[in-house]
Amino acid sequence: MRTSLVIMKRELQGYFSTPLAYVFLFVFLFFANFLTFRSPFFEARQADLRIFFDVLPVLFIFLVPAIGMRLWAEERKSGTIEMLFSLPVRVGEAVLGKFLAAWIFIGASLLLTFPMIVTVNYLGSPDNGVIAAGYLGAFFLSGCYLAVSLFCSSISSSQVVSFILSVMVCTVFVFADYPSVLVVLQKFASPGMIEAVENMSFVVHFESIRRGVIEFTDITFYVIFIAGWISAACVVLHGRREA
Amino acid sequence: MYVAIHYGREPSVINVKKLKKRFGPITAVDGVSFSAAKGDVLGFIGPNGAGKTTTMRMIACLTRPDEGTAEINGFDILNDSLKVRRSIGYLPENTPLYGEMTTLSFLRFIVDIRGIGGGDKEREIERVIDICSLGEVVHQSIETLSKGYRKRVGLAQTLIGDPAVLILDEPTDGLDPNQKRDIRSLIMNMAQNKSIIVSTHILEELEAICNRAIVINRGRIVADATPEEFRKEGGGRIDEFFETVTRGSE
Repeated sequence: MRTSLVIMKRELQGYFSTPLAYVFLFVFLFFANFLTFRSPFFEARQADLRIFFDVLPVLFIFLVPAIGMRLWAEERKSGTIEMLFSLPVRVGEAVLGKFLAAWIFIGASLLLTFPMIVTVNYLGSPDNGVIAAGYLGAFFLSGCYLAVSLFCSSISSSQVVSFILSVMVCTVFVFADYPSVLVVLQKFASPGMIEAVENMSFVVHFESIRRGVIEFTDITFYVIFIAGWISAACVVLHGRREA
Repeated sequence: MYVAIHYGREPSVINVKKLKKRFGPITAVDGVSFSAAKGDVLGFIGPNGAGKTTTMRMIACLTRPDEGTAEINGFDILNDSLKVRRSIGYLPENTPLYGEMTTLSFLRFIVDIRGIGGGDKEREIERVIDICSLGEVVHQSIETLSKGYRKRVGLAQTLIGDPAVLILDEPTDGLDPNQKRDIRSLIMNMAQNKSIIVSTHILEELEAICNRAIVINRGRIVADATPEEFRKEGGGRIDEFFETVTRGSE
Protein backbone atom coordinates (compact mmCIF):
# COMPACT_ATOMS: atom_id res chain seq x y z
CA MET A 1 0.00 0.00 0.00
CA ARG A 2 2.88 2.34 0.81
CA THR A 3 4.22 1.86 -2.72
CA SER A 4 0.77 2.57 -4.16
CA LEU A 5 0.66 5.85 -2.27
CA VAL A 6 4.13 6.81 -3.54
CA ILE A 7 3.02 6.13 -7.11
CA MET A 8 -0.24 7.96 -6.54
CA LYS A 9 1.62 11.03 -5.30
CA ARG A 10 3.93 11.02 -8.30
CA GLU A 11 1.01 10.68 -10.71
CA LEU A 12 -0.91 13.52 -9.09
CA GLN A 13 2.14 15.77 -9.26
CA GLY A 14 2.49 14.72 -12.90
CA TYR A 15 -1.00 15.98 -13.73
CA PHE A 16 -0.22 19.44 -12.50
CA SER A 17 3.26 19.74 -13.99
CA THR A 18 1.81 19.31 -17.48
CA PRO A 19 -1.08 21.21 -19.10
CA LEU A 20 -3.22 18.06 -18.84
CA ALA A 21 -4.86 18.89 -15.53
CA TYR A 22 -5.63 22.49 -16.44
CA VAL A 23 -7.01 21.64 -19.87
CA PHE A 24 -9.16 18.89 -18.38
CA LEU A 25 -10.47 21.11 -15.61
CA PHE A 26 -11.28 23.89 -18.05
CA VAL A 27 -13.09 21.62 -20.51
CA PHE A 28 -14.91 19.68 -17.80
CA LEU A 29 -16.08 22.74 -15.89
CA PHE A 30 -17.03 24.58 -19.07
CA PHE A 31 -19.17 21.75 -20.42
CA ALA A 32 -20.62 20.82 -17.04
CA ASN A 33 -21.82 24.38 -16.52
CA PHE A 34 -22.76 25.03 -20.13
CA LEU A 35 -24.85 21.88 -20.51
CA THR A 36 -26.49 22.38 -17.13
CA PHE A 37 -27.48 26.01 -17.53
CA ARG A 38 -28.27 25.73 -21.24
CA SER A 39 -31.05 23.28 -20.45
CA PRO A 40 -34.26 24.73 -19.05
CA PHE A 41 -32.55 25.13 -15.69
CA PHE A 42 -34.14 28.43 -14.72
CA GLU A 43 -37.44 27.74 -16.45
CA ALA A 44 -37.83 24.56 -14.40
CA ARG A 45 -37.98 26.74 -11.30
CA GLN A 46 -36.61 23.95 -9.16
CA ALA A 47 -33.65 24.45 -6.86
CA ASP A 48 -31.83 21.19 -7.49
CA LEU A 49 -29.00 19.78 -9.59
CA ARG A 50 -31.10 17.25 -11.47
CA ILE A 51 -30.00 18.55 -14.86
CA PHE A 52 -26.32 18.51 -13.90
CA PHE A 53 -26.54 14.87 -12.83
CA ASP A 54 -28.42 14.08 -16.07
CA VAL A 55 -25.59 15.52 -18.09
CA LEU A 56 -22.73 13.84 -16.20
CA PRO A 57 -22.99 10.26 -17.53
CA VAL A 58 -22.67 11.49 -21.12
CA LEU A 59 -19.99 14.05 -20.33
CA PHE A 60 -17.92 11.39 -18.57
CA ILE A 61 -17.96 9.17 -21.69
CA PHE A 62 -15.53 11.55 -23.36
CA LEU A 63 -13.75 13.19 -20.48
CA VAL A 64 -12.83 10.31 -18.18
CA PRO A 65 -11.13 8.28 -20.95
CA ALA A 66 -9.12 11.43 -21.71
CA ILE A 67 -7.60 11.07 -18.24
CA GLY A 68 -7.47 7.28 -18.24
CA MET A 69 -6.01 6.74 -21.70
CA ARG A 70 -2.52 7.77 -20.75
CA LEU A 71 -2.23 5.81 -17.51
CA TRP A 72 -0.37 2.84 -19.01
CA ALA A 73 -0.23 3.61 -22.72
CA GLU A 74 2.13 6.51 -22.06
CA GLU A 75 4.40 4.45 -19.83
CA ARG A 76 4.57 1.78 -22.47
CA LYS A 77 5.24 4.21 -25.30
CA SER A 78 7.99 6.08 -23.49
CA GLY A 79 9.50 2.91 -22.03
CA THR A 80 9.27 4.17 -18.43
CA ILE A 81 7.29 1.02 -17.65
CA GLU A 82 10.62 -0.86 -17.92
CA MET A 83 12.18 1.40 -15.35
CA LEU A 84 9.13 1.29 -13.09
CA PHE A 85 8.93 -2.50 -13.01
CA SER A 86 12.65 -2.91 -12.53
CA LEU A 87 12.05 -1.24 -9.15
CA PRO A 88 10.65 -3.30 -6.27
CA VAL A 89 7.03 -2.61 -7.25
CA ARG A 90 4.21 -5.14 -7.58
CA VAL A 91 1.97 -4.79 -10.61
CA GLY A 92 -1.12 -4.45 -8.41
CA GLU A 93 0.48 -1.67 -6.36
CA ALA A 94 1.33 0.31 -9.47
CA VAL A 95 -2.12 -0.15 -11.00
CA LEU A 96 -3.86 0.86 -7.78
CA GLY A 97 -1.62 3.90 -7.33
CA LYS A 98 -2.35 5.15 -10.81
CA PHE A 99 -6.06 4.49 -10.51
CA LEU A 100 -6.32 6.30 -7.18
CA ALA A 101 -4.44 9.32 -8.50
CA ALA A 102 -6.73 9.66 -11.50
CA TRP A 103 -9.83 9.05 -9.38
CA ILE A 104 -8.85 11.66 -6.82
CA PHE A 105 -8.17 14.10 -9.62
CA ILE A 106 -11.62 13.50 -11.14
CA GLY A 107 -13.14 13.75 -7.66
CA ALA A 108 -11.45 17.12 -7.20
CA SER A 109 -12.82 18.26 -10.57
CA LEU A 110 -16.30 17.29 -9.39
CA LEU A 111 -15.84 19.32 -6.22
CA LEU A 112 -14.88 22.31 -8.33
CA THR A 113 -18.43 22.41 -9.65
CA PHE A 114 -19.39 23.76 -6.18
CA PRO A 115 -20.55 27.13 -7.60
CA MET A 116 -23.59 25.23 -8.86
CA ILE A 117 -24.43 24.20 -5.30
CA VAL A 118 -23.99 27.80 -4.22
CA THR A 119 -26.24 28.92 -7.08
CA VAL A 120 -29.13 26.59 -6.26
CA ASN A 121 -28.83 27.43 -2.58
CA TYR A 122 -28.96 31.11 -3.43
CA LEU A 123 -31.96 30.67 -5.70
CA GLY A 124 -33.99 28.45 -3.43
CA SER A 125 -33.73 25.90 -0.66
CA PRO A 126 -32.65 22.60 -2.19
CA ASP A 127 -32.26 19.36 -0.29
CA ASN A 128 -28.50 19.43 0.19
CA GLY A 129 -28.52 15.83 1.38
CA VAL A 130 -29.80 14.75 -2.02
CA ILE A 131 -27.12 16.87 -3.69
CA ALA A 132 -24.41 15.28 -1.54
CA ALA A 133 -25.70 11.82 -2.44
CA GLY A 134 -25.64 12.86 -6.09
CA TYR A 135 -22.00 13.83 -5.81
CA LEU A 136 -21.15 10.56 -4.10
CA GLY A 137 -22.90 8.66 -6.88
CA ALA A 138 -21.11 10.77 -9.50
CA PHE A 139 -17.76 9.96 -7.88
CA PHE A 140 -18.43 6.22 -8.01
CA LEU A 141 -19.79 6.59 -11.53
CA SER A 142 -16.56 8.27 -12.64
CA GLY A 143 -14.62 5.42 -11.00
CA CYS A 144 -16.37 2.95 -13.32
CA TYR A 145 -15.44 4.92 -16.44
CA LEU A 146 -11.92 5.27 -15.13
CA ALA A 147 -11.52 1.56 -14.40
CA VAL A 148 -12.61 0.77 -17.97
CA SER A 149 -10.15 3.36 -19.34
CA LEU A 150 -7.36 2.02 -17.15
CA PHE A 151 -7.91 -1.43 -18.59
CA CYS A 152 -8.05 -0.15 -22.18
CA SER A 153 -4.86 1.78 -21.52
CA SER A 154 -3.12 -1.36 -20.31
CA ILE A 155 -3.77 -3.28 -23.51
CA SER A 156 -2.41 -0.74 -25.96
CA SER A 157 0.66 1.43 -26.21
CA SER A 158 -1.29 3.96 -28.27
CA GLN A 159 -3.21 6.55 -26.33
CA VAL A 160 -5.58 7.13 -29.26
CA VAL A 161 -6.48 3.44 -29.48
CA SER A 162 -6.96 3.28 -25.75
CA PHE A 163 -9.17 6.41 -25.81
CA ILE A 164 -11.41 5.12 -28.60
CA LEU A 165 -11.73 1.72 -26.98
CA SER A 166 -12.65 3.22 -23.61
CA VAL A 167 -15.23 5.54 -25.15
CA MET A 168 -16.81 2.58 -26.94
CA VAL A 169 -16.93 0.34 -23.88
CA CYS A 170 -18.20 3.14 -21.63
CA THR A 171 -20.90 3.99 -24.18
CA VAL A 172 -22.12 0.40 -24.07
CA PHE A 173 -22.36 0.51 -20.28
CA VAL A 174 -24.07 3.91 -20.24
CA PHE A 175 -26.71 3.08 -22.81
CA ALA A 176 -27.33 -0.53 -21.75
CA ASP A 177 -30.63 0.41 -20.11
CA TYR A 178 -31.92 2.59 -22.95
CA PRO A 179 -35.32 1.51 -24.31
CA SER A 180 -33.93 1.32 -27.85
CA VAL A 181 -31.30 -1.19 -26.71
CA LEU A 182 -33.78 -3.22 -24.69
CA VAL A 183 -36.27 -3.35 -27.59
CA VAL A 184 -33.61 -4.96 -29.77
CA LEU A 185 -32.72 -7.40 -26.99
CA GLN A 186 -36.37 -8.38 -26.50
CA LYS A 187 -36.35 -10.00 -29.94
CA PHE A 188 -34.06 -12.80 -28.87
CA ALA A 189 -33.11 -12.55 -25.21
CA SER A 190 -34.91 -14.02 -22.22
CA PRO A 191 -36.41 -11.59 -19.68
CA GLY A 192 -33.72 -12.54 -17.17
CA MET A 193 -31.00 -11.65 -19.61
CA ILE A 194 -32.63 -8.35 -20.47
CA GLU A 195 -32.77 -7.49 -16.80
CA ALA A 196 -29.13 -8.47 -16.40
CA VAL A 197 -28.10 -6.19 -19.28
CA GLU A 198 -30.23 -3.38 -17.90
CA ASN A 199 -28.60 -3.75 -14.51
CA MET A 200 -25.14 -3.53 -16.01
CA SER A 201 -25.83 0.06 -16.94
CA PHE A 202 -23.89 2.68 -14.99
CA VAL A 203 -26.88 4.99 -15.17
CA VAL A 204 -29.42 2.60 -13.61
CA HIS A 205 -27.33 2.46 -10.44
CA PHE A 206 -26.77 6.20 -10.51
CA GLU A 207 -30.50 6.93 -10.71
CA SER A 208 -31.43 6.04 -7.16
CA ILE A 209 -28.28 7.45 -5.56
CA ARG A 210 -28.82 10.84 -7.17
CA ARG A 211 -32.36 10.87 -5.81
CA GLY A 212 -30.84 10.56 -2.37
CA VAL A 213 -31.35 6.83 -1.88
CA ILE A 214 -27.97 5.26 -1.22
CA GLU A 215 -28.56 1.56 -1.63
CA PHE A 216 -26.15 -1.15 -0.72
CA THR A 217 -26.68 -2.93 -4.06
CA ASP A 218 -25.76 0.12 -6.10
CA ILE A 219 -22.57 0.81 -4.18
CA THR A 220 -21.71 -2.89 -4.34
CA PHE A 221 -22.21 -2.84 -8.09
CA TYR A 222 -19.79 0.07 -8.43
CA VAL A 223 -17.18 -1.46 -6.14
CA ILE A 224 -17.28 -4.85 -7.89
CA PHE A 225 -17.27 -3.24 -11.32
CA ILE A 226 -14.25 -1.08 -10.50
CA ALA A 227 -12.37 -3.91 -8.79
CA GLY A 228 -13.09 -6.21 -11.74
CA TRP A 229 -11.66 -3.89 -14.39
CA ILE A 230 -8.66 -3.00 -12.23
CA SER A 231 -7.94 -6.70 -11.74
CA ALA A 232 -8.24 -7.26 -15.48
CA ALA A 233 -5.65 -4.52 -16.05
CA CYS A 234 -3.36 -6.23 -13.51
CA VAL A 235 -3.73 -9.53 -15.34
CA VAL A 236 -2.87 -7.89 -18.68
CA LEU A 237 0.21 -6.13 -17.29
CA HIS A 238 1.33 -9.23 -15.45
CA GLY A 239 0.88 -11.26 -18.61
CA ARG A 240 3.09 -8.88 -20.53
CA ARG A 241 5.89 -9.46 -18.06
CA GLU A 242 5.44 -13.19 -18.20
CA ALA A 243 5.45 -13.17 -22.00
CA MET B 1 33.33 -21.07 -27.63
CA TYR B 2 36.38 -19.25 -26.38
CA VAL B 3 36.57 -19.39 -22.59
CA ALA B 4 39.42 -18.35 -20.37
CA ILE B 5 38.17 -17.62 -16.91
CA HIS B 6 40.37 -16.68 -14.01
CA TYR B 7 37.86 -15.57 -11.47
CA GLY B 8 36.57 -17.13 -8.30
CA ARG B 9 38.18 -14.78 -5.81
CA GLU B 10 34.82 -13.67 -4.45
CA PRO B 11 31.52 -15.54 -4.12
CA SER B 12 29.21 -14.98 -7.08
CA VAL B 13 26.59 -12.27 -6.75
CA ILE B 14 25.11 -13.03 -10.15
CA ASN B 15 24.53 -16.63 -11.06
CA VAL B 16 22.82 -17.15 -14.39
CA LYS B 17 21.82 -20.70 -15.19
CA LYS B 18 20.87 -21.78 -18.70
CA LEU B 19 18.47 -18.95 -19.45
CA LYS B 20 16.30 -19.52 -22.48
CA LYS B 21 13.76 -17.27 -24.13
CA ARG B 22 11.76 -17.76 -27.28
CA PHE B 23 9.68 -15.17 -29.12
CA GLY B 24 7.49 -17.22 -31.43
CA PRO B 25 9.76 -19.20 -33.72
CA ILE B 26 12.84 -17.19 -32.77
CA THR B 27 15.03 -18.28 -29.88
CA ALA B 28 16.33 -14.97 -28.59
CA VAL B 29 18.37 -16.40 -25.73
CA ASP B 30 19.52 -19.98 -25.93
CA GLY B 31 20.95 -21.43 -22.75
CA VAL B 32 23.02 -18.53 -21.44
CA SER B 33 24.96 -19.26 -18.23
CA PHE B 34 27.55 -17.18 -16.45
CA SER B 35 28.34 -15.83 -13.03
CA ALA B 36 29.88 -12.66 -11.70
CA ALA B 37 31.31 -11.66 -8.35
CA LYS B 38 31.65 -8.41 -6.42
CA GLY B 39 34.09 -6.14 -8.19
CA ASP B 40 33.38 -7.62 -11.62
CA VAL B 41 32.46 -5.33 -14.46
CA LEU B 42 31.12 -7.70 -17.01
CA GLY B 43 30.81 -6.46 -20.58
CA PHE B 44 28.06 -7.89 -22.75
CA ILE B 45 28.93 -7.47 -26.36
CA GLY B 46 27.41 -8.78 -29.53
CA PRO B 47 25.70 -7.80 -32.77
CA ASN B 48 22.27 -6.16 -32.71
CA GLY B 49 19.56 -8.69 -31.90
CA ALA B 50 22.05 -11.09 -30.35
CA GLY B 51 20.02 -11.40 -27.15
CA LYS B 52 21.90 -9.03 -24.84
CA THR B 53 18.92 -6.91 -23.84
CA THR B 54 16.62 -9.94 -23.46
CA THR B 55 19.14 -11.60 -21.14
CA MET B 56 19.44 -8.43 -19.07
CA ARG B 57 15.67 -8.00 -18.94
CA MET B 58 15.27 -11.54 -17.66
CA ILE B 59 17.85 -10.97 -14.94
CA ALA B 60 16.05 -7.73 -13.97
CA CYS B 61 12.73 -9.64 -13.71
CA LEU B 62 11.18 -7.70 -16.58
CA THR B 63 10.49 -10.76 -18.62
CA ARG B 64 10.15 -14.36 -17.58
CA PRO B 65 12.53 -16.96 -19.02
CA ASP B 66 11.04 -20.00 -20.76
CA GLU B 67 13.71 -22.17 -19.21
CA GLY B 68 16.53 -21.74 -16.74
CA THR B 69 16.81 -19.22 -13.95
CA ALA B 70 19.21 -16.82 -12.27
CA GLU B 71 20.18 -16.00 -8.74
CA ILE B 72 20.93 -12.43 -7.81
CA ASN B 73 22.44 -11.79 -4.41
CA GLY B 74 21.13 -15.21 -3.37
CA PHE B 75 17.56 -14.60 -4.56
CA ASP B 76 15.92 -16.46 -7.39
CA ILE B 77 14.47 -14.35 -10.23
CA LEU B 78 11.46 -16.64 -10.57
CA ASN B 79 10.46 -16.98 -6.94
CA ASP B 80 11.85 -13.88 -5.28
CA SER B 81 11.29 -11.20 -7.88
CA LEU B 82 10.79 -8.37 -5.38
CA LYS B 83 13.95 -9.19 -3.43
CA VAL B 84 15.90 -9.52 -6.67
CA ARG B 85 14.68 -6.10 -7.76
CA ARG B 86 15.70 -4.66 -4.40
CA SER B 87 19.22 -5.90 -5.12
CA ILE B 88 19.38 -4.54 -8.66
CA GLY B 89 19.76 -1.12 -10.19
CA TYR B 90 18.65 -1.33 -13.80
CA LEU B 91 19.23 1.23 -16.53
CA PRO B 92 17.07 0.34 -19.54
CA GLU B 93 18.15 1.03 -23.10
CA ASN B 94 17.51 4.65 -24.19
CA THR B 95 17.16 5.75 -20.55
CA PRO B 96 13.40 6.17 -20.23
CA LEU B 97 12.60 8.71 -17.48
CA TYR B 98 9.59 10.74 -16.40
CA GLY B 99 10.37 13.84 -18.42
CA GLU B 100 7.97 16.19 -16.66
CA MET B 101 9.64 15.64 -13.28
CA THR B 102 12.62 17.57 -12.03
CA THR B 103 15.79 15.63 -11.31
CA LEU B 104 15.27 16.08 -7.59
CA SER B 105 11.61 15.04 -7.53
CA PHE B 106 12.43 12.03 -9.69
CA LEU B 107 15.19 10.89 -7.33
CA ARG B 108 12.88 11.48 -4.36
CA PHE B 109 10.30 9.25 -6.05
CA ILE B 110 12.84 6.44 -6.47
CA VAL B 111 14.01 6.81 -2.86
CA ASP B 112 10.38 6.53 -1.70
CA ILE B 113 9.71 3.50 -3.88
CA ARG B 114 12.81 1.82 -2.50
CA GLY B 115 11.49 2.50 0.97
CA ILE B 116 14.32 4.66 2.25
CA GLY B 117 12.84 6.88 4.91
CA GLY B 118 13.62 9.43 7.57
CA GLY B 119 16.93 11.22 7.61
CA ASP B 120 18.49 8.66 5.28
CA LYS B 121 16.28 9.88 2.48
CA GLU B 122 17.91 13.26 1.90
CA ARG B 123 21.36 11.79 2.63
CA GLU B 124 20.85 9.14 -0.04
CA ILE B 125 19.70 11.71 -2.59
CA GLU B 126 22.70 13.91 -1.83
CA ARG B 127 25.00 10.92 -2.17
CA VAL B 128 23.83 9.98 -5.67
CA ILE B 129 23.65 13.59 -6.79
CA ASP B 130 27.25 13.91 -5.68
CA ILE B 131 28.43 10.70 -7.36
CA CYS B 132 26.73 11.54 -10.64
CA SER B 133 27.55 15.28 -10.49
CA LEU B 134 23.94 16.35 -10.88
CA GLY B 135 24.20 19.34 -8.56
CA GLU B 136 23.65 21.85 -11.35
CA VAL B 137 20.47 20.33 -12.69
CA VAL B 138 18.56 19.23 -9.59
CA HIS B 139 15.75 21.70 -10.16
CA GLN B 140 15.61 21.30 -13.91
CA SER B 141 12.91 19.16 -15.49
CA ILE B 142 14.33 16.00 -16.99
CA GLU B 143 12.93 16.62 -20.48
CA THR B 144 15.06 19.76 -20.77
CA LEU B 145 18.32 17.97 -19.91
CA SER B 146 21.02 17.04 -22.41
CA LYS B 147 21.48 13.38 -23.29
CA GLY B 148 24.55 13.16 -21.08
CA TYR B 149 22.71 14.50 -18.07
CA ARG B 150 19.73 12.24 -18.77
CA LYS B 151 22.05 9.23 -18.71
CA ARG B 152 23.48 10.46 -15.45
CA VAL B 153 20.02 10.83 -13.94
CA GLY B 154 19.30 7.30 -15.14
CA LEU B 155 22.49 6.10 -13.51
CA ALA B 156 21.74 7.98 -10.31
CA GLN B 157 18.39 6.19 -10.21
CA THR B 158 20.15 2.81 -10.36
CA LEU B 159 22.42 3.75 -7.46
CA ILE B 160 19.70 4.63 -4.98
CA GLY B 161 19.61 2.16 -2.12
CA ASP B 162 23.13 1.05 -3.02
CA PRO B 163 22.10 -2.19 -4.77
CA ALA B 164 24.67 -4.99 -5.04
CA VAL B 165 24.13 -5.41 -8.77
CA LEU B 166 23.93 -2.88 -11.57
CA ILE B 167 22.60 -3.80 -14.99
CA LEU B 168 23.27 -1.09 -17.52
CA ASP B 169 21.94 -1.48 -21.04
CA GLU B 170 24.11 0.56 -23.39
CA PRO B 171 24.85 3.32 -20.90
CA THR B 172 27.04 5.31 -23.30
CA ASP B 173 24.89 4.98 -26.40
CA GLY B 174 24.34 8.26 -28.24
CA LEU B 175 26.74 10.31 -26.13
CA ASP B 176 29.60 12.49 -27.32
CA PRO B 177 33.19 11.40 -26.53
CA ASN B 178 33.46 13.55 -23.41
CA GLN B 179 30.14 12.37 -22.03
CA LYS B 180 31.16 8.79 -22.77
CA ARG B 181 34.33 9.25 -20.79
CA ASP B 182 32.38 10.74 -17.89
CA ILE B 183 29.96 7.82 -17.77
CA ARG B 184 32.78 5.29 -18.04
CA SER B 185 34.69 6.81 -15.17
CA LEU B 186 31.48 6.86 -13.15
CA ILE B 187 31.00 3.14 -13.76
CA MET B 188 34.60 2.42 -12.87
CA ASN B 189 34.28 4.35 -9.63
CA MET B 190 31.30 2.28 -8.62
CA ALA B 191 32.83 -1.03 -9.62
CA GLN B 192 34.68 -1.87 -6.41
CA ASN B 193 31.69 -2.75 -4.29
CA LYS B 194 29.33 -3.96 -6.91
CA SER B 195 28.81 -6.49 -9.57
CA ILE B 196 28.06 -4.70 -12.83
CA ILE B 197 26.80 -5.92 -16.19
CA VAL B 198 27.20 -3.44 -19.03
CA SER B 199 26.03 -4.07 -22.57
CA THR B 200 27.76 -2.22 -25.34
CA HIS B 201 28.51 -2.11 -29.05
CA ILE B 202 31.80 -0.39 -28.56
CA LEU B 203 34.82 -2.64 -28.41
CA GLU B 204 37.10 -0.03 -26.86
CA GLU B 205 34.63 0.34 -24.06
CA LEU B 206 35.24 -3.25 -23.09
CA GLU B 207 38.89 -2.57 -22.57
CA ALA B 208 38.24 0.71 -20.85
CA ILE B 209 35.88 -0.47 -18.15
CA CYS B 210 35.38 -4.25 -18.11
CA ASN B 211 37.52 -6.82 -16.39
CA ARG B 212 35.65 -9.51 -18.23
CA ALA B 213 33.70 -9.74 -21.46
CA ILE B 214 31.06 -12.06 -22.76
CA VAL B 215 30.34 -12.17 -26.48
CA ILE B 216 26.79 -13.14 -27.31
CA ASN B 217 25.71 -14.11 -30.78
CA ARG B 218 22.32 -15.48 -31.78
CA GLY B 219 21.37 -16.01 -28.16
CA ARG B 220 24.45 -18.01 -27.21
CA ILE B 221 27.66 -17.13 -25.45
CA VAL B 222 30.44 -17.52 -27.97
CA ALA B 223 33.32 -16.16 -25.91
CA ASP B 224 33.95 -15.42 -22.24
CA ALA B 225 37.31 -13.99 -21.21
CA THR B 226 39.12 -10.77 -20.32
CA PRO B 227 39.40 -8.04 -22.97
CA GLU B 228 43.21 -8.49 -22.99
CA GLU B 229 42.80 -12.12 -23.87
CA PHE B 230 40.43 -11.14 -26.65
CA ARG B 231 43.07 -8.83 -28.02
CA LYS B 232 45.72 -11.52 -27.78
CA GLU B 233 43.50 -13.98 -29.57
CA GLY B 234 42.78 -11.46 -32.32
CA GLY B 235 46.48 -10.96 -32.91
CA GLY B 236 46.54 -7.59 -31.20
CA ARG B 237 43.19 -6.47 -32.60
CA ILE B 238 40.10 -6.87 -30.52
CA ASP B 239 37.80 -6.22 -33.50
CA GLU B 240 39.41 -9.11 -35.37
CA PHE B 241 38.59 -11.39 -32.51
CA PHE B 242 35.03 -10.09 -32.32
CA GLU B 243 34.52 -10.70 -36.02
CA THR B 244 35.95 -14.21 -35.84
CA VAL B 245 33.71 -15.33 -32.98
CA THR B 246 30.51 -13.67 -34.20
CA ARG B 247 30.90 -14.48 -37.92
CA GLY B 248 32.44 -17.85 -37.18
CA SER B 249 29.40 -19.05 -35.29
CA GLU B 250 26.97 -18.04 -38.05
